[in-house]
Amino acid sequence: MPEITFLEAINQALRQEMEADETVFILGQDVGVLGGAFKATEGLFDEFGRERVIDTPMCEYAFSGLANGAALMGLRPVVEFQFADFISTGFDPIVQFAATHHYRQRNPLPIVFRAPWGGGSHAGPFHSQCPESWFAHTAGLKVVIPSNPYDAKGLLISAIRDPNPVIFFEPKYLYRSQRGEVPSNLYTVQLGSANITRTGDDLSIITYGAMVSEATTAAEMLSKSGISCEMIDLRTISPLDSEKILDSVKKTGKVLILHEARRTLGIGAEIAAIISENAFEYLDAPIVRVTAPDTPVPYSPPLENAYRPNSDNVAEAARRLYNF
Amino acid sequence: MLERDKADYQKLLYWMMLTRAVDDRSISLLKLGKIPGTIFSQKGHEAISVGAACALSDADVVAPLHRDLGAYLVRGMTPGRIFSQAMARVSSPSQGRDVNTHGMGDLELGIIGYVSHLPQSMTVALGAAFSFQYRKEPRVALTFTGDGASSEGAFSESLNLAAVLKLPIVFVLEDNQYAYSTPSKYQYAIPDLVSRAAAFGLPGVTVFGNNILDVQNVVVEAISRARNGEGPTLIKANTMRMQGHALHDSAEYVPTELLDKWRKQDPISNYKTLLYEKQLLDDQTERNIITQIQQEVSDGVLWAENSPYPDPSTLTDGVYA
Repeated sequence: MPEITFLEAINQALRQEMEADETVFILGQDVGVLGGAFKATEGLFDEFGRERVIDTPMCEYAFSGLANGAALMGLRPVVEFQFADFISTGFDPIVQFAATHHYRQRNPLPIVFRAPWGGGSHAGPFHSQCPESWFAHTAGLKVVIPSNPYDAKGLLISAIRDPNPVIFFEPKYLYRSQRGEVPSNLYTVQLGSANITRTGDDLSIITYGAMVSEATTAAEMLSKSGISCEMIDLRTISPLDSEKILDSVKKTGKVLILHEARRTLGIGAEIAAIISENAFEYLDAPIVRVTAPDTPVPYSPPLENAYRPNSDNVAEAARRLYNF
Repeated sequence: MLERDKADYQKLLYWMMLTRAVDDRSISLLKLGKIPGTIFSQKGHEAISVGAACALSDADVVAPLHRDLGAYLVRGMTPGRIFSQAMARVSSPSQGRDVNTHGMGDLELGIIGYVSHLPQSMTVALGAAFSFQYRKEPRVALTFTGDGASSEGAFSESLNLAAVLKLPIVFVLEDNQYAYSTPSKYQYAIPDLVSRAAAFGLPGVTVFGNNILDVQNVVVEAISRARNGEGPTLIKANTMRMQGHALHDSAEYVPTELLDKWRKQDPISNYKTLLYEKQLLDDQTERNIITQIQQEVSDGVLWAENSPYPDPSTLTDGVYA
């Protein structure tokens, strides 16, 4: 299997779905001639033309709303936000119209809202955010955050084919830094299904996105000390795969939840609640969260490095949990 | 210029009178405690919603708002379904999930429902228009907006995006002088909202919104431009909201003299007078229209009242498709 970058996997999914389905089109700022701020749509303008790869004015509200109307008429829009941070200017059409539409009107609304997401690139408070909780708290949206090129391609294809609005966040830290084996054909990875990336007995690490690689590094360090970690890559944040989470908790009895997003009311809070409601008697220790603190994302490298969890933080927290 | 025969003239009257009759009956139902939420009065807006909707072809799509009841009716939404929506019944277009005219879409009738965040229908209609352009279909999207919504950012974004992409869309801005309690002079500082069109590079037309013939004429022209690939148009229709924002609002902030002045400009009675003057209507025909409307409205109420409320066990159904 060819080894490609995370970014190439995204590009491949878009190209192949556009080839397979002529109702799929791309919409956003600088997605056409430039090929996107991160080049995720590179080459698509040349291949599919201005009709299907549309450079819009700066108007996240209007182009998100346009996607709603186009989806109602049977098209499959893939909207690119230049950064996840900018999705707030297109918030209304997503959370008010798109999210509630099927519940109120029973029409499918197949849209993917894609955005480069997360920190680690020293891009400051407005180019580093992890706003998944906003959308996970909104009924009717699916929220997907892949952690590797294989999943990125398969999940994006599933998201495009899904009849619901899907928020698709791409850890931009991994865009070029992570390579992996990716089949060159079209394939899907099921939405709503977590991936057990490592089996273990002593504790469960539940995470997603760019933190999966931090957790993997930590788990390898811990295994040298004889601590065996099970790792769950959520892949879909909403709806959560509660079954796999609970199965793992029942097996290990100790849980560490890791995310790059801020702590308060982050996805970790929901996961902890699900565990305490459904598997309390299996817990051998309080649930531990390793997250960013409740601050904006700072720019200066020493500050951002302190803000963003890393493998050392995870290993340290896991050791304490193991020894509880 | 649009050619109309006698039946066309009478049909416009019929739709406006039906709109008012459904509105009046909805108010009665609200007062009788049969509507759990509230409703928005249509008075003063009948000529705009009916005139614009009657300018569309069957294959076109309309995204009406809360004072565009006429457009729903013209597109084929029955009074019964409209009452059942306000009465929160399961047979309504939103199966009891959405309130009054909100979420009263029906794609088979070419109607896209709205959410409360008003300029948003402009963006959704952009998407419908985009799909027509994408598939090279000779179809047009039409939506409405208001003087209040015109101050929202999405209004400007939508006009700009429509003009840049040259989409087949018509925006009808209903300036009814009040956004809830806020009069136009505190809503915008320009003499006429139609100048917003020029600001974004699309044609703007002002029309007297209580004259249905004028409304239909300008909308027909705008639709024809859109269908010919000439892009969007903003139509600004002047009218007066004759009742409060919703029925709970007594609107004492509106000067009585202003309402008195506009009462003389009622879109239905003025149009009826015109038809009599031009001998396009006679007593018997008017009586027939009234009888037909009374029957439709009574049947509609009965149908809605016979429809059950949604079953609470279905509460979580349909969050996802």
